[in-house]
Amino acid sequence: MIENRKYIIQILIIVVGVIFLVKLFSIQVMESRYKLAAENNVINKVVQYPYRGLILDRNNKIIVHNTPVYDIMVVPKEVEVQDTTAFCKLLDITEEEFNTKIQKAKEYSYIKQSLFYPQLSNEEFAKIQSRLVEYKGFYPVARTVRKYPEPILANGLGYIGEVSKRQLERDTTNYYKQGDFIGISGIEAAYEEELRGKRGVKYKLVNVRGIEKGSFNDGKFDTLSVPGNNLVSTIDLDLQKYAEYLMDDKVGSIVAIEPSTGEILAFVNSPSYDPNQLAGRNYSKNFSELNKDTLKPLFNRPIMAQYRPGSVFKLVQSLIGLQEGVIAPSTRIVCNRGIINCHGSHTNEDLHGAIKYSCNPYFYQTFKRIIQQGKVEGMNKDARVGLTTWNNYLSDFGFGRKLGIDIPNESSGMVPGPTYYDRYYQKDHWNFFTIYSLSIGEGELLTTPLQVANFASILANRGYYIRPHLVKGIDTPDSYYKLEFDRQETGIDSVHFTTVVDAMGEIVDGTARIARVKDIQIAGKTGTVQNKDSFDHSAFMAFAPKENPQIAISVYVENAGWGGGVAAAITGLLIEKYIKGEVASNRAWVENYVMTKAYLNNL
Amino acid sequence: MRRQDSLWNRVDWLLIAVFFILVILGWLNIYAVVYDVEQEQNIFSFDLNSGKQLIWIAGSFVIIIAIMILDYKFFDSFAYYIYAVVLVLLVLVLLVGTEIAGNQSWFVFGPVRLQPSEFAKFATALAVAKYFSSNNVRLDRFKDQIKSSLFVLVPLGLIVLQGDAGTAMVFISFIIVYYREGLPSFYVITGLSAALIFILTLLVDQMYLTIGVIVLATIIVVINNKRLKNIGITILAAVIVIGVIQSVDYVISDVLKPHQQNRLKALVNPDADPLGYGWNVTQSKIAIGSGGTFGKGFLEGTQTKFDFVPEQSTDFIFCTIGEEHGWAGSFVLIFLFLVLMIRIVFLAERQKSNFARIYGYAVAGIFFFHFGINIGMTIGLFPVAGIPLPFFSYGGSSLWSFTILLFVLIKLDAHRMQVLTR
Repeated sequence: MIENRKYIIQILIIVVGVIFLVKLFSIQVMESRYKLAAENNVINKVVQYPYRGLILDRNNKIIVHNTPVYDIMVVPKEVEVQDTTAFCKLLDITEEEFNTKIQKAKEYSYIKQSLFYPQLSNEEFAKIQSRLVEYKGFYPVARTVRKYPEPILANGLGYIGEVSKRQLERDTTNYYKQGDFIGISGIEAAYEEELRGKRGVKYKLVNVRGIEKGSFNDGKFDTLSVPGNNLVSTIDLDLQKYAEYLMDDKVGSIVAIEPSTGEILAFVNSPSYDPNQLAGRNYSKNFSELNKDTLKPLFNRPIMAQYRPGSVFKLVQSLIGLQEGVIAPSTRIVCNRGIINCHGSHTNEDLHGAIKYSCNPYFYQTFKRIIQQGKVEGMNKDARVGLTTWNNYLSDFGFGRKLGIDIPNESSGMVPGPTYYDRYYQKDHWNFFTIYSLSIGEGELLTTPLQVANFASILANRGYYIRPHLVKGIDTPDSYYKLEFDRQETGIDSVHFTTVVDAMGEIVDGTARIARVKDIQIAGKTGTVQNKDSFDHSAFMAFAPKENPQIAISVYVENAGWGGGVAAAITGLLIEKYIKGEVASNRAWVENYVMTKAYLNNL
Repeated sequence: MRRQDSLWNRVDWLLIAVFFILVILGWLNIYAVVYDVEQEQNIFSFDLNSGKQLIWIAGSFVIIIAIMILDYKFFDSFAYYIYAVVLVLLVLVLLVGTEIAGNQSWFVFGPVRLQPSEFAKFATALAVAKYFSSNNVRLDRFKDQIKSSLFVLVPLGLIVLQGDAGTAMVFISFIIVYYREGLPSFYVITGLSAALIFILTLLVDQMYLTIGVIVLATIIVVINNKRLKNIGITILAAVIVIGVIQSVDYVISDVLKPHQQNRLKALVNPDADPLGYGWNVTQSKIAIGSGGTFGKGFLEGTQTKFDFVPEQSTDFIFCTIGEEHGWAGSFVLIFLFLVLMIRIVFLAERQKSNFARIYGYAVAGIFFFHFGINIGMTIGLFPVAGIPLPFFSYGGSSLWSFTILLFVLIKLDAHRMQVLTR
């Protein structure tokens, strides 16, 4: 009896297996309702593009925001277009374009979505929306593009563009997908990770005809897109606008910095472009036009242009000379115009006078004393020690190296050192008399407008600067946090600044009278950049007020004559605008003077 | 003494072959669940379940080798010790274990999670086999019935305390061992009847059922009007049955937890709330049903991606097979399992020692229950219970415990001729 039970057990096992197979046969083969249900239950994964963070000015005015557009995506495997002509007409493309676009998508992937037609505006999309569903394999994806209420700050903001194949390959975090946008230059590139936000995914139930039937499982598996963080920039929108207006029809740049914080108040490149040009569907067309422009609007002059600093460097020599103890404020040097020429009718000035009259022989001597301090036997060896010391000071001032502004593509300028001259003249075959043109900011020296503005900051602060930057804080949905930028000491005692700054104050009453503003004490210095074959560049550097400075500024206008002219005029107007809020009506003539000169003819 | 053939020639290669096929199919299937066309994923990537499962599979091979190297008498000799250790672990996990998904049944060591209840099945199988083989147990005696059932009821009770009703249910599979060893049919019939009545109660209104029982009892009484004793038994039985019927409501609403109640409701009428408690069963059936006769093809499933059916790669893994390989694939899978289980019974029957035979039946029962409950729930024939499909569900504890169960039997079987010469 009990022995039979082994058969009962085996039969039980088999019976259960057979029941399963019968039941499976009924739901898999016999019934069609599960197949229908599955077809009606296609789950579409829809990417939710996040809003890119806004960029605000220092007073929370919007500089950059977003506007919606629709990309038409294609999945080559699913494409079914009966009437290609009608489809092409819908999107206003030729059949040839249609074929190349499909081909390009196939090359990328057969089964993955890729971009077919970019950025239809809201109105354009509304027109074709109802017809688009007739064509299988094409999907509209809503996303946003950048919009700029004011056409300003283009070079500082930079632009965004479609992520390139190389960037995709290099992206180890797998954040980006083809067709995504990424910051390419300026703030957009530097703060990409803050701005970009996080993509979300929505799972939607869609039936075979692609009609949405609601979210899947009450959206339990959806992830919301997280908008990017807003950036609070250091730019003063009004000052920036006014500065760009003043630079109209001129080639050059302006950098204005708040000395106590290193915050850049204005960052002007001229000529520039309307940033909206690089934000729409015509991006590539506009880009190539801008790229071909002979006035180079894409060249970010404030940080990339390099000029010989000229007279501005006499201030640097003064400070180094004082700190090294080779001159004192009372040191008088005869203006003998043998080796190096001079201008004006002075003969034997102290430091104050030398700066005021921009006396070339004075700084020739000062530089000689710095370079040839006699610390080491032999003139050539001594010059090496002296130049090394001098180089170290310059580096502390931020010359000859990148300052580390928070956007890419900064130039470092040029400060020649011992190794540079070794290469030209062989090791220890040079001394002060080989390199003396450095004394008045000529020779191989090159500085960027940013470095000069930063130097104005150092003078304003009497000895230090905060690393200049364009973004001061990040505004997340939960909190605001301020970015920290390091403070750099120059190693010059603050007492040495007194003479230099005092002399700078008198320049505005003398050669650069046009920069004068009522009730504001301006300390400035002209810096004419001499050109062999064309007009000089007009350059001016200043900070104001002299006590408790609020703004440090450097202005370059190419081929516009001497520094006391248009550059000084612009500087004065900007200082007045920033500190007083507007330019007094009795100084309208200065603005007029700036605006009516046709400097472009001088090129 | 006759020189023994090497172990290599004595193991049951058919069972081992089926084991390998199931493990490899299971692994590929786990990859299919996590596969996403949008991303290029490697089946070996340790970011994916398939890569992790490969580590567990490698571990199970180590276990197989260890079992083969051990002396076959080890399992007999140490049966009670192993059982004792597992009981201690079952108590410990209640005290210091980690609760995952509502079950207080895990030990967590860094990235590794172990579930002692998985190994309790093996230990109980050993202990039951040991007890029956070393004592003169007679299952027609009430005292022996009570004593022997304790071996199963103690771990079962502890696992119920963990909140893991699914695994606890598997311990009922020992009824097959007891049945084979001579448990009176009365118990099995009573148990089955109770289950039948319980299910009927869910399907039919209690009032009708009660009336039906009374009518039936009356008919029996009328037919048997001569024998007073039979009349008494019939009336007693009717009263008990009506009691059971009336108690179902109480059991459902007061003993079962809400999610267990819902699972029962889903079984009876999955269409009542397809987006709520009927979700799993509905989606599972849609996925399996959409596979058709030959399926959508490996990695081509659309319904079983993204873990939409919860526990997609563990408890509901069978959906992926149904969807991607259709009825043909399901047939192959069920056929393989039937071969496995029938072969286990065959092996059990050819054992010379009682210990090995009883152990073999325990293994057969455990596999049978997992197979039956798991696939049954995915196709809507059984309430949803969280237990894995052997060798297919993702997870190391279950893979290892099934490997141990199976290969200890293979080891014992390989040495079956030595028992007499001991």
